[in-house]
Amino acid sequence: MSTVQVLGPGCKNCQILYERTQQATQEIGLSCQIEKITDMETIVGLGVLSTPALVVDGALRLQGRVPTVEQLKEILA
Amino acid sequence: MKSVLARKAPPERTRSDTAPSPRGAARRWATGLGLLLLATFLYRNLEWFSVWLPGRLGLDPASHLTSSLSFFLYEAPKVLLLLIGVVFAVGIVRSFFTPQQTRRLLAGRREAAGNVLAALLGIVTPFCSCSAVPLFIGFVTTGVPLGVTFSFLISAPMVNEVALVLLWGLFGWKIAALYLITGLTVARVSGWVIGRLHLERWVESWVYRAAPGTGPQSGDAEAHLRWTDRIERGRAAVIDVVGKVWPFILAGIAIGAGIHGYVPRDFLAGIMGKDAWWSVPVAVLIGVPMYSNAAGIIPIVQALLEKGAALGTALAFMMSVIALSLPEMIILRKVLRIQLILVFAGVVALGILIVGYLFNLLI
Repeated sequence: MSTVQVLGPGCKNCQILYERTQQATQEIGLSCQIEKITDMETIVGLGVLSTPALVVDGALRLQGRVPTVEQLKEILA
Repeated sequence: MKSVLARKAPPERTRSDTAPSPRGAARRWATGLGLLLLATFLYRNLEWFSVWLPGRLGLDPASHLTSSLSFFLYEAPKVLLLLIGVVFAVGIVRSFFTPQQTRRLLAGRREAAGNVLAALLGIVTPFCSCSAVPLFIGFVTTGVPLGVTFSFLISAPMVNEVALVLLWGLFGWKIAALYLITGLTVARVSGWVIGRLHLERWVESWVYRAAPGTGPQSGDAEAHLRWTDRIERGRAAVIDVVGKVWPFILAGIAIGAGIHGYVPRDFLAGIMGKDAWWSVPVAVLIGVPMYSNAAGIIPIVQALLEKGAALGTALAFMMSVIALSLPEMIILRKVLRIQLILVFAGVVALGILIVGYLFNLLI
């Protein structure tokens, strides 16, 4: 069971990333908890400079762009 | 919404698809070259087409309607073609830059040189205004001076590829170059002035307490991107940016076409001409609360110029619409006190004002 966090202040790009992450985890059958983080201090605390960002099990895996579902599957696999 | 749909339209690539295979690469190059040739062919024949179609429809060549229609048929495809080409190229260039690298380049810089570098990096670093807050905090807490950070924040939205393409397509490369140089100068000098004023006390105090995690510098493996990945980034940028701005561009060009066909020449010389000294500040004042993207405003500005508006006034209007946007200031309110936001807006507006007057004097 892994933790996946989608970070961003809540603009359109973050929303798209969240939806695609949900789709990607379902498609590869990854059991995980997807969390949305909008609190700025937490986002900055993780070393994120540009949003949206993706953190998997505490490690920053992606920031500043919205990947495709396929790319997300590679990252999450 | 449109861009989301568009992004889903092409079949998603699978891993084996992106792996380097000589045949696939050759096919992609051939497709790219074919598209380029097609675009060049279309671009070259637009002028002919814009005259031919209205004639074919049986419209009177001397009428206002024909004049407007020809203008639209020529400008709209031209600008869209240029936009696709440039956004693609910029998308590839941006894949070489990340905000992390930019921060590393700027940290600990002396102010004067730092402002120049920050303004330049503002053009190529991928940046969306939603990221203004984390970027601001990430910069100022790791040794990038406040003024240098501002130079970046001013230049990033103002000197953007969409504005430059539109200026290039509608006014020619000289005006585009002029905009590039003056935009960079405004960003550089405004940032420098803000730095000199030592306004750190007007940054919200939690910003400096928020110790930014240095974390993994880049978990995205940006360092070893293959060329196919970079081209993919360019393609994604085209779908994202062009998908977002095309309605604005068409609407802007349509309004511009209306002005072109129906408003008499020199109609605006009195109110927006060189001799009306007050027109520059008025243009800036109107421009600040207006939040349009470059895409919608530049075609209209072109038509205004044609009807006698002065270049400096038009340029000032354009810059204030693009550079100073209310939504971005509201986002920045989280990290900046209202006084600093006002100073920021004031210094940039002043810079734009000077640019406007300078051009009205010189040209």
